[in-house]
Amino acid sequence: MSAKHEHGRCHELLGQLSDYIDGELEATLCAELEAHLAECPNCRVMVDTVRKTITLYQSQAPTELPVDVQERLYKVLELD
Amino acid sequence: MVAQVAFPSEAQLLEGLRAGEPAAFRRLVELNSANVYSVALKLLGDEQEAEDVLQETFLSAFQAIDRFEGRSQLSTWLYRIAYNGSLMRLRKRKQMTEFSLDQPLGADSEDEQPVSRHLVDWSTAPDDQLLTAEAREEMDRAIAELPETLRSTFVLRDIQGLSGAETAEVLGITVQAVKNRLHRARLRLRDRLSDYFTEHAGGLQATA
Repeated sequence: MSAKHEHGRCHELLGQLSDYIDGELEATLCAELEAHLAECPNCRVMVDTVRKTITLYQSQAPTELPVDVQERLYKVLELD
Repeated sequence: MVAQVAFPSEAQLLEGLRAGEPAAFRRLVELNSANVYSVALKLLGDEQEAEDVLQETFLSAFQAIDRFEGRSQLSTWLYRIAYNGSLMRLRKRKQMTEFSLDQPLGADSEDEQPVSRHLVDWSTAPDDQLLTAEAREEMDRAIAELPETLRSTFVLRDIQGLSGAETAEVLGITVQAVKNRLHRARLRLRDRLSDYFTEHAGGLQATA
């Protein structure tokens, strides 16, 4: 398969994609973009895989400090 | 008896810090140490260096608390100290490898246009199918190989969940510059992961 973003609208979408994902795209542009997405599977894949990339990285973010790192930090800061 | 949360508001915490109350310093560390460590680890890709930055960040913060003007949030201020500490280490590293022939040309350029080659939809695959140990390593490599400017923006904005304005403040750039960098970072990471998942996750459905 050799799918390329050759269509002009696809190229425009690529530029607006982050604003769209963050919900910061102006309403008219957003509606235009969604109309394009409805008929362009390649652009839908772009949007979906960018979203997925972000959530995969988010899911890996540590929420707690490793215990040994915390112990050494408290010792250095004289909080233990 | 209901346990009382020490320093429930930012203003009370700041007051405690300025008064030199040990419990306030402990609270500041409890609230922010995991985030500071996480940012340093993602920026540096090295546990020992990230731990050094973590310790230095709080030591600096404790010493400089009188100079904190309270115009930003304490967390944003700590992120900024940690970011500057990480950046200094990255620059030192770069100086040490400056003459190395191993450095690919243009590896640090953030202006390169992302090329979107793969339009295979791997986004519907469940996380546990995608996130193998090898895939996690590939994700770490992908983020480590981004230019520092793109990496720091992606880490703060998308991984740590800071707002555009907070990220701009930590990095000392405009909100628009944050947007531009974030966009490029996301596309590059997506391309890297697409290359990987297209090759390694058999059975994912390709779109025509």
